Amino acid sequence: MADILALAADNLISPIVLCFALGLFAALARSDLSIPEAVAKGLSIYLLFAIGFKGGVSVAAHGVDLTLGLSLIAGIILSALLPIVAFALLRSITQLDRLNAAAVAGHYGSISIVTFVAATSVLESSGIAAEGYMVAVAAAMEAPAILSALWLISRGESGRMDANLWREIMLNGSIVLLVGAFIIGGVTGEEGLKEISSFIVEPFKGVLCLFLLDMGLVAGRGLAKGGKLLGWSSIAFGVLMPPIGAAFGLAAALALGLSLGGTVLMMTLTASASYIAVPAAMRVALPEANPSIYLTLSLGVTFPFNLVLGIPLYLAVASAVSGG
Amino acid sequence: MQTHTAKRVEITIEKIMQSRLTDALVGAGVHGYTILPVFGGSGRSGEWSRSGQISRAEGMVQVICIVREERLDALLTAAFKVVEKHIGIVNITDCEVLRAERF
Repeated sequence: MADILALAADNLISPIVLCFALGLFAALARSDLSIPEAVAKGLSIYLLFAIGFKGGVSVAAHGVDLTLGLSLIAGIILSALLPIVAFALLRSITQLDRLNAAAVAGHYGSISIVTFVAATSVLESSGIAAEGYMVAVAAAMEAPAILSALWLISRGESGRMDANLWREIMLNGSIVLLVGAFIIGGVTGEEGLKEISSFIVEPFKGVLCLFLLDMGLVAGRGLAKGGKLLGWSSIAFGVLMPPIGAAFGLAAALALGLSLGGTVLMMTLTASASYIAVPAAMRVALPEANPSIYLTLSLGVTFPFNLVLGIPLYLAVASAVSGG
Repeated sequence: MQTHTAKRVEITIEKIMQSRLTDALVGAGVHGYTILPVFGGSGRSGEWSRSGQISRAEGMVQVICIVREERLDALLTAAFKVVEKHIGIVNITDCEVLRAERF
């Protein structure tokens, strides 16, 4: 317990968490601080490219093994399974109707790439290595949850999904960039990394800080306008579901024999909730569901929880379980 | 100068639905349209702003079409199928154009 508190305290005063807190404060205090849309997009492109590239380089250095394939399969299964767990929890502890519960549940099977990036940053600071292919697992976990959410609401009815939506989900810009950079990193290896390290390694944490400032602003604005829509039970769900998801991730990581770093990343992926791919798919496929509920829960409750408390908690639990 | 009457249709719709709307318009024979970004606003679904915008689910665009009156019904039928369940506004105003053959 003391370890968890010490890690949480260290994490609390890290620049990335403090930048997020600054954005949150500025939004709640109604400051006019804002990050222009084009800048926010540029920062997110940079982070996706850097994390994908570095993941590919790591795979090139360590080689491809069976665990990579099994981790991908485990990620896909967990992404499809977790919305069903989340849906059952939402229906039992909140007043959300089936439609909104299914829409929210879909977010909790998919992943938050920024939470993943923050976890890799914490691991790097602690000198803990992780499997580079976890980036590919992250990409693989984006979409299956969407199908589970739509299945929960339609139970075999057709009409919610069309060819365009399939294409948009599977080829959304984040996935294409992440997987593309991963492949480029894998092909070019350490030599490629040397050529661009001054661009994608050294400035990485600074860019992450600015992106988290924007995330804080967006989360704060979301809380200010959507917070009233969420009852205490929904907020409780947003805090309870991440450790439940992380427990599934921990079980999968132990079964796969992942390293300590890989276990923490798998737990972080299963604990996080999407705010990019899934909300967009839900707006198209379930327009009747209220976006303020799922976006506020995902961005305003679960994201800050994971960033501040979740990641140190997952690291402490994974260390305890693996004896690290 | 000689001018001709036409109908100007402004459809403010979620950005995520933009390509579906323009595909429907083209399918209905409306090949001319202009897309403008929307900076922010407020409506039944609450206030929103373009700044930040991490999620692809938020953000609005405005699609503007100018057509001859006899083509208005086909345009609205096609557009309505797309916008029916979504956040947005459809409004129609009279306007005048210089080159009628282009609409």
